[in-house]
Amino acid sequence: MFDIYVSIFEYFSIPRVFIIMSWCVVVFCFCAALLIGSVLALVLWERKLLGYFTVRLGPNRVGPWGVLQTTADAIKLLFKEDIINSGADRLLFSLAPVIFFVPVMAVYSLMPFNQWLIGVESSVGLYLFFAVLSVSVVGILFAGWSSDNKYSLLGAVRAVSQVISYEVPLLLSVCGVVLLCGSMNPLVIAESQSGGVFHWNIIVGFVSCLIFFVCMLAELNRCPFDLPEAESELVSGYNTEYSGMKFALFFLAEYSLLFILSCLFVVLFLGGYTSIFGNYVSFWVFSEESFWGQFFVFFEQIFWMFAKVFFVIFMVIWIRATFPRMKMNSLIFFCWKFLFPISVVNLLLLALFGYFAG
Amino acid sequence: MNKTEILNLNIGPQHPSTHGVLRLYVSLDGEYIKDVKPVIGYLHRGMEKLAESRTYAQYLPMVDRVDYLSGFFYSALMCYAVERAARIEVPEYAEYLRLITMELNRIASHVLWLGTFLLDLGATSPLFYCFREREDILKLLENLTGQRMMYNYYFFGGVRYDVPDGWFDDVKRLCEKLPFMFDEYEKIITSNPIFLDRTKGIGVLRKETAVEYAISGANLRASGVKFDVRKDMPYGVYDEINFDVPSDVDGDCYARYMIRLKEMRESVRIILQGLKNIKDTEAGKIYFTKVNPLTLKVPEGDLHVCVEAPRGAAMIYLKSEGGGKPTRIKWRTPSFNAVQVMPEVMRGVLYADLIAILGSFDIVLPEVDR
Repeated sequence: MFDIYVSIFEYFSIPRVFIIMSWCVVVFCFCAALLIGSVLALVLWERKLLGYFTVRLGPNRVGPWGVLQTTADAIKLLFKEDIINSGADRLLFSLAPVIFFVPVMAVYSLMPFNQWLIGVESSVGLYLFFAVLSVSVVGILFAGWSSDNKYSLLGAVRAVSQVISYEVPLLLSVCGVVLLCGSMNPLVIAESQSGGVFHWNIIVGFVSCLIFFVCMLAELNRCPFDLPEAESELVSGYNTEYSGMKFALFFLAEYSLLFILSCLFVVLFLGGYTSIFGNYVSFWVFSEESFWGQFFVFFEQIFWMFAKVFFVIFMVIWIRATFPRMKMNSLIFFCWKFLFPISVVNLLLLALFGYFAG
Repeated sequence: MNKTEILNLNIGPQHPSTHGVLRLYVSLDGEYIKDVKPVIGYLHRGMEKLAESRTYAQYLPMVDRVDYLSGFFYSALMCYAVERAARIEVPEYAEYLRLITMELNRIASHVLWLGTFLLDLGATSPLFYCFREREDILKLLENLTGQRMMYNYYFFGGVRYDVPDGWFDDVKRLCEKLPFMFDEYEKIITSNPIFLDRTKGIGVLRKETAVEYAISGANLRASGVKFDVRKDMPYGVYDEINFDVPSDVDGDCYARYMIRLKEMRESVRIILQGLKNIKDTEAGKIYFTKVNPLTLKVPEGDLHVCVEAPRGAAMIYLKSEGGGKPTRIKWRTPSFNAVQVMPEVMRGVLYADLIAILGSFDIVLPEVDR
């Protein structure tokens, strides 16, 4: 995408520095639009699914099939009073949602949604992804500490210990994929799995896939690892004292994190934007070199990507509707005594597999 | 060496999982509970004092509110007490109607408990399924009494109305359906590893402690004492019914959960037997003995009556000096004891377990405070 962008501007002979600077704005707008759009769709998807899982209809009042419900909620949150309680550390309290939100939005630019649609293509994309993302946990800690609320503090402490613990097996499982594909570039990883279901990393790296999925749930603070915001214990966890737009930022960040981690899951294990059949449907109709073939494949890749992502999110919501919440000690035990050894052994086996299978 | 401090946390009176307005004053060491002090009284309505200025018939509608989830049991207590004191005969048909409605109420109460208990454990879906079944039961009771929760259906000498057409068939149909629903719950809950981890060996209430604190109902039976008022001091027509009293020896949250599930199945059995037996008494369809509420007087003396409410043995103590109003009424409610035993059970557990234990005891706050 960047190449096309550059070529358009070079046609008008605009200096290269302006091209690169304006590209940042383009990527920012793209990420913001995608983030808002995906969260709007995601919240509705979740509420509808939860409705069906629990013998209800879900939202169905605002707009046809309730499609405008999330928009209405967002507008409501915008107009809510922004309350900072008197004991709070005002600076940190206001800073926390931003610190939580910004890394999540930043990593949107590292995700390939199709062959061309990637904000920043980098050969260390995966590394960058996790490096940037790990900053957001500081936001949670700030939120819990500055709120002057014991529930928030407990929630923040839980969240930090959980996220940091689960990052270890998560990264080890990602290492396995990197070994299999021989690259940290998400585009290369996705491309290496093209050619249908049997080329996906989930076949060889099934254990990695499971570990990644479990750790992803823990990173997201989703059920059954939703201890940081366990509503029956901690009221709402680290964001108990937040209201209005600040709460909306937390909410937005959580859901966009769910979306982007599901995207990463799809890229790492489910073939990314590639077709689930051997070849793209567009190439059955049009030839590979023709304009229309390229044109339709652009959208087909996006379709496959989103279809897979929403399937992964469906699984996450399904788990939320089924399981009770874990306990803090069993959560940490599960990570260090079960997941960690397994992911180390798994990494070793994958390395051996890579060495002998070429 | 780091210096650590105890965190004192006030849970409630407004908190999502205190099941009402209970306040727990908790001392936390990290995630571990050092001490718990339950503070009650936020829902005190002076039920006992109010009785003294009302006639028996005026007081009767209020007693449903002692426990809003199992109103039948408390109005049954009141009726049994007055009937025994004033020697009022109750027709067998009415007794069977009371038996059926009370057991339906017990299932409704237990089903609600199941939903909220799992909500406390963090599972959101079961609540909706439990409410679905509870709704079926409440619809039946509404059909019969015109009310969903505060029934005011029993009256001294019988019940207020006869059943509407086809009501018994509806109950029978529901009772045939319910065991399958319970199977459905068990399938998704009982063998779930997270659920087992959260409940097995958590909040163990030892037999001796349970007896010392006069715990009753499912909480007591889960600790290994097979005591059920319906079996040991039968009232109404319970001595003509054949049913089991499930009990366990573990005394943990899991045992309490299993006991309640088994009790629901037993309740279905009781209702089905009641429906069969009521056919024989239906001939006369006499559902009350006429009692004039204006002139109703209870002879001098005092007595107590005990029934097995969903939360345990509920008791009324009634003292009369011969007038139309009671001199003293005292309610003995099972949740009151369950709240008091909590510090014993909760010391040293994790904070998440505290919520699970609180949920597993099935306390209802209006009943604690009266």
